[in-house]
Amino acid sequence: MTTKKARKRAPAPRKPVTEPRERSGAYADFMAQAYTMELEAVQRYTEFAEQMEVHNNPEVAQLFRKLATIEGLHAKQILEEMGWSQAPGPAHAQQWEGGEPPESAPMSEVHYRMTPWHALELALDNELRAEKFFAAIAKSSRTPAEVRKLAAEMADEEAEHVRLVREWMKRVPRPDPDWNRDPDPPFLGD
Amino acid sequence: MNPTPLQSVSLALAGSGGAGVMTAGNMLLEAAALAGYYGLMTRTSGPQIRGGEAAAMLRLATFATDSQDDRFQVLAAIDWQNVGRFAAELPLGPDSVLVGDPAQGEAPEAFTRSGARFLPVPFKALAKSISGGWPNMVALGVLGGLLGLAPAALEGAVRKATRKGGEAMNAGIAAVRLGLAEAAKLEASFPLAAAPAAARRWLVTGNEAAGFGALQGGVRFVAAYPITPATELLEWMAPALTKVGGALVQAEDELASINMILGASYGGVPSLTATSGPGLALMTEALGLGVAAEVPIVVVDVMRTGPSTGIATKTEQADLNIALYGLHGDAPHVVVAPNSVADCLAATQWAVELAESLQLPAIVLSDQYFGQARAIVERPRSEPSAPSRLLAQPDTPDYKRYRVTESGVSPVAIPGARGITYTADGLEHNEKGTPSSQPADHLAQMEKRGRKLASADYAERWATVEGEGEFAVLTWGSCTGPVREAFERARRDGIKARLVSLRLLSPAQPDRLRDALRGVKRTLVVEQSFSGQFHRYLRAEYELPGEVHSLRRPGPLPFHPDEIHRKLLEWSRP
Amino acid sequence: MNAPAAASALSAQAFKSEVKPVWCPGCGDFSVLSAITKALSMLELRPENVAIVSGIGCSSRIPAYTSCYGFHGVHGRALPVATGLKVARPDLTVLATGGDGDGYSIGGNHFLHACRRNADITYVVMDNHVYGMTKGQPSPTTEPAWPSKLSPQGTGLREFHPLVIALAAGANFIARGFSGDPNGVARLIVQAIRHPGFSFVEVLSPCVTFRPDQRSWKEMARPAAVEATDDPARAARRLMTDDGFNIGVLYTGKRKPYAPTATGAAQQPSALEKGFEL
Ligand SMILES: Cc1ncc(C[n+]2csc(CCOP(=O)(O)OP(=O)(O)O)c2C)c(N)n1
Ligand code: SF4
Repeated sequence: MTTKKARKRAPAPRKPVTEPRERSGAYADFMAQAYTMELEAVQRYTEFAEQMEVHNNPEVAQLFRKLATIEGLHAKQILEEMGWSQAPGPAHAQQWEGGEPPESAPMSEVHYRMTPWHALELALDNELRAEKFFAAIAKSSRTPAEVRKLAAEMADEEAEHVRLVREWMKRVPRPDPDWNRDPDPPFLGD
Repeated sequence: MNPTPLQSVSLALAGSGGAGVMTAGNMLLEAAALAGYYGLMTRTSGPQIRGGEAAAMLRLATFATDSQDDRFQVLAAIDWQNVGRFAAELPLGPDSVLVGDPAQGEAPEAFTRSGARFLPVPFKALAKSISGGWPNMVALGVLGGLLGLAPAALEGAVRKATRKGGEAMNAGIAAVRLGLAEAAKLEASFPLAAAPAAARRWLVTGNEAAGFGALQGGVRFVAAYPITPATELLEWMAPALTKVGGALVQAEDELASINMILGASYGGVPSLTATSGPGLALMTEALGLGVAAEVPIVVVDVMRTGPSTGIATKTEQADLNIALYGLHGDAPHVVVAPNSVADCLAATQWAVELAESLQLPAIVLSDQYFGQARAIVERPRSEPSAPSRLLAQPDTPDYKRYRVTESGVSPVAIPGARGITYTADGLEHNEKGTPSSQPADHLAQMEKRGRKLASADYAERWATVEGEGEFAVLTWGSCTGPVREAFERARRDGIKARLVSLRLLSPAQPDRLRDALRGVKRTLVVEQSFSGQFHRYLRAEYELPGEVHSLRRPGPLPFHPDEIHRKLLEWSRP
Repeated sequence: MNAPAAASALSAQAFKSEVKPVWCPGCGDFSVLSAITKALSMLELRPENVAIVSGIGCSSRIPAYTSCYGFHGVHGRALPVATGLKVARPDLTVLATGGDGDGYSIGGNHFLHACRRNADITYVVMDNHVYGMTKGQPSPTTEPAWPSKLSPQGTGLREFHPLVIALAAGANFIARGFSGDPNGVARLIVQAIRHPGFSFVEVLSPCVTFRPDQRSWKEMARPAAVEATDDPARAARRLMTDDGFNIGVLYTGKRKPYAPTATGAAQQPSALEKGFEL
């Protein structure tokens, strides 16, 4: 994956769906949640990148860093769009079905011998969950109209990300069947 | 009979459970103190928890002493049940007397074969003649009478002990008076020479002195797991700490107690625990943690007879090896040893100061003899220590907890201080405290930890050095008292000798000892250990000039001045 | 919980240090680290007012990965260190952390006594039913039939039940979390820290290296069907019959925390000399 591709994935500034004066509290709440989701995704990808760095898997580490950068741009975009100078509140203010934000891959899903393909697979799952998440909000009758519209747009965006990641995966070699093989036993101590 | 006044008299009072010999012994010591004398009391007892035979052993003198004498002049017994088992601890001679109640049968052969005379006193019958009278109080009067103690001093001691006053006090005083009258009828007396000029004195045990020293040093947290003979130290500290704003926690075991004090000290509060050999053995892993993580702590080991559970109530100097070398890895730490009951205060306070200023564990090697001996001592001079832990300033840029410094001591952050948080670690680490297996980090930290010991100024406190001449005795701890007394006797024989009693056992001070022994041709090493642990330690760490002899034996019997005196005579002949 | 709240709350990220974990990617302990940092942020604490104490094991490496004051001691002794620290410094928020081997085997006695002593500390155990750090030996919570190099036929010993034991020994707060839900664990830790006395949070934290079979925990962990109880008898019945996968706060007691520190004005030690004077 080249930097050019990464840039291509970077989101173009979204045109606000509504004029500021029309925005309800629900709209801001929704954007705050979306922001937290992106921010947590950044942190998770960064953490994965660090784990891979510690475990001598620089290729995957780099990929996770790229993914983190992309999600970071999304987060920044939300701030800009809302005219927020800082995070709209602590991350823990948000509740997520299943415990974690949809774009954060479970921490158990990484392996020190994982390949870029695995990392993308993981990213794909994240995007799929995100798409589902926004689509559900867009469809829900309880969602205020202006949020519904925005959620639908975001669901479309995530669907586009799904497509992009799928494309991306085509250009990355599939892992060998024994990708996680390690002839040596673990080295532990203490 | 008008015997010459004596500078020192040793007496013992024995009896089985319920006789109250310890109570009477303590009162006699108190009375002697009130009369201006010095002295000390030790104790021995059978294996029973209650009701067993016991003996209070006192030495009263016109001079300060930590030593028992060669022989007891008086052994009084309320009864003789099993008292014979104490024969080894109660040496008598032909000049000694046995004072016993004829109604309780004859004195055991183990005592009479010394040639000691038997003097009958009907303790029980006399006590019965007073309402609420006790035989031990009659015995107190008899012993006081034999010593020629002022009745007022004896009565003062009774008054103090029966603080509530009333019947018990009146009966006690009446019994003491009866005893005094009885003593006047006996064909024996051991009058103490006039008491020295009155000075401010304390009546204190080594354990209490150590506890007080700890507080003076700044200790405000103690974790405790009971073990004889350290328990009284911990029990003394429990209410004392409450008064000075500290706290004591009873731990579930010694693994917990040592780790609790590490935690408390990490929090910035000078901390201590006290134990004996079995407990020290359990603590060694965590002592190593204190060394590596550089957390100041003090462990007082009140040594008892080992190995294993050994003889819990008796003394020995055989934890020296474990205290010096018992930690795994190269683990520089401090070991100090008091060399008198009163020195338990100064030595423990010093240990706290060293632990705090060098940020490491310090072990104090006291022993059962010091710990449980109650002594009349010159009031020790002691001022509270100034806090000596080198603290890091909040928000220090690029703070490194284990920074390699010239002295080896690095400023420590105390939780609560902002901008300098760190993790204390027992894993080898770099300067920041991050675990590291780099040879260079290991070497740098090793050298740093070692350098701390060399950076301190131990000044004159490293040893007690007395006398001069070509002959020297090297000793430590509770052997010091008998050696000093033997020296006194040798001096009267015209023998000149030097006494070196080490107080700082780790780090070793070879240069200082070399200076102290300059010109010495013969050295006698005196210790209470079967294998000669102290002798081996000296051989390993120091250059000893000339011929070296080892005088040693295991506990629990203390050395007597006579045997050391004889050795001095023997050796000083060309 | 005693430390003063920060003027402005710090993010969870601010409670992480520069030191990068040595854990195997995928290890449940990453989530617990994340949960602890989130909890401290939620409580609006500051790192310098929090101390995290541990023993030895993979999980016990946690303190240095935080920006709090840390103490990485010896194997099995985190609780006594934490107790000493809390008694000496009641102003600090003190957490003890570690593994099931560290806490229930070598440190088992301290676990019992920490529960009954009830000092105001929070104990987070990352239970992976194995000794990770020493390469896969059975721990007290390992299933009896689980084979390993050291016990090829399994231990044949019944598992230790930490929650039942904690209840019997007097713990004042008992909860179970699952590392698959770090935010849930964070909320449990918040409640644990807030609850006075000894709070015990057992976190099922899979070891991907030696217990890959623990992937199935994801399907098994579920929120406890009933609310926490303050009745020890009811809690005992619940805990005795639970299969080890009920997640949530299970018991909240009302015991007073242990606090032996003297109150009132402190005297100088010299005041004690009177006791020795004649
Ligand atoms: C006194 C002592 N004994 C043994 C060890 C070796 N050791 C290190 S960690 C460990 C077990 C760790 O298991 P657990 O506490 O469950 O933690 P995990 O690694 O699984 O997180 C052992 C036995 C040690 N460090 N110290
Ligand atoms: S060995 Fe197991 S417990 Fe240890 S870090 Fe790896 S996954 Fe975690």
